[in-house]
Amino acid sequence: MKCRKCGDRAILELRRHNAAFCASDFVEFFRNQVREAIRRYHMFERDETVLVAVSGGKDSLALWDVLIDEGYRTTGLYLDLGIFDYSVESRAKCEAFAAKRDVPLLVRRVADEVGAPVPVIKQVTRRPPCSGCGLSKRYLMNRVALDEGLPVVATGHNLDDEAATLFGSVMHWRTEALPRQSPALASTHPKLVRRVKPLFRLSERETAAYAFVRKIDYLVEECPFAVGATSIAHKEVLNRMEDASPGAKHNFLFGFLDRARVAFEQVENVVLNECTRCGQVTTGTLCAFCKLADQVKRSV
Amino acid sequence: MLRNPRREVEVAGNRRVKDVLRELDILPETVLVIRGDELITADQVVAEADTIELRPVMSGGGR
Repeated sequence: MKCRKCGDRAILELRRHNAAFCASDFVEFFRNQVREAIRRYHMFERDETVLVAVSGGKDSLALWDVLIDEGYRTTGLYLDLGIFDYSVESRAKCEAFAAKRDVPLLVRRVADEVGAPVPVIKQVTRRPPCSGCGLSKRYLMNRVALDEGLPVVATGHNLDDEAATLFGSVMHWRTEALPRQSPALASTHPKLVRRVKPLFRLSERETAAYAFVRKIDYLVEECPFAVGATSIAHKEVLNRMEDASPGAKHNFLFGFLDRARVAFEQVENVVLNECTRCGQVTTGTLCAFCKLADQVKRSV
Repeated sequence: MLRNPRREVEVAGNRRVKDVLRELDILPETVLVIRGDELITADQVVAEADTIELRPVMSGGGR
């Protein structure tokens, strides 16, 4: 198989684009997809510092790598979830990357903020571990950005992540979740920062290939709690469809974003308040994060 | 070599990557195929003596 651009031996075939690329032309293709995402959704400007949420995995480190190379000012944020060896190793990958690229990295421990690490939160809440973990991460990303005076948080969500989330929402007709699914969510309150996903045009195989080609030392092992997560079951279904019909995932997500999403948007009459305890944004009086912290405090 | 969990299996060589993947019931979309220090495409032939790594690309959790 030959590179579509230069005719050299290809290292990766992209069936949905009916193309194959050599290493250097693939890197250029990848960067172009990120540029296109940032441009189309006005994700951030040159004079803004981007808080990049990094986990030590391929997606977030690939994202950070591209943004640095594109000349953006970035600060990394690693949230230590306290998930045994997985957290120790993933933190080390982030710290090594930051040192190598000479970029700043902030580290916050969920245990310091919530009162217990994710494995304990899982036991206390008797809910799937991803639930308390996701809640804590979204809250802390926003709060750290505000504390640091940064206007935008970028995460490494890729095409597969977004297609799987959409699939899950449609499977359960969570129509309230559909308008919130977007590669860029604008700030709707002075205490909510913009949230963007510059890798949403790239599949996870492409982000893995980019990380490999760029020799990014990422953690290949997955979070031990991810085993059996519904999002993974949804990804498997979508990969079967992709195999039978290349481009299926892309069409599913992009069709939604370009044509269907608007149909689910409604005049938001939710009132955003500030949490009486921490001051962060909530629809109630005490925010979900503070309720979680209370629950942890009661049982630990 | 397969990852997550890490394990090794022996398969017949002198075949294309896509035939090896089919035998192992692995969708090409879900792995990187690594030989030495480079990625190879599904039409490449794997020699009898070659060792290739099939590295899953799926990450997850959340919701």
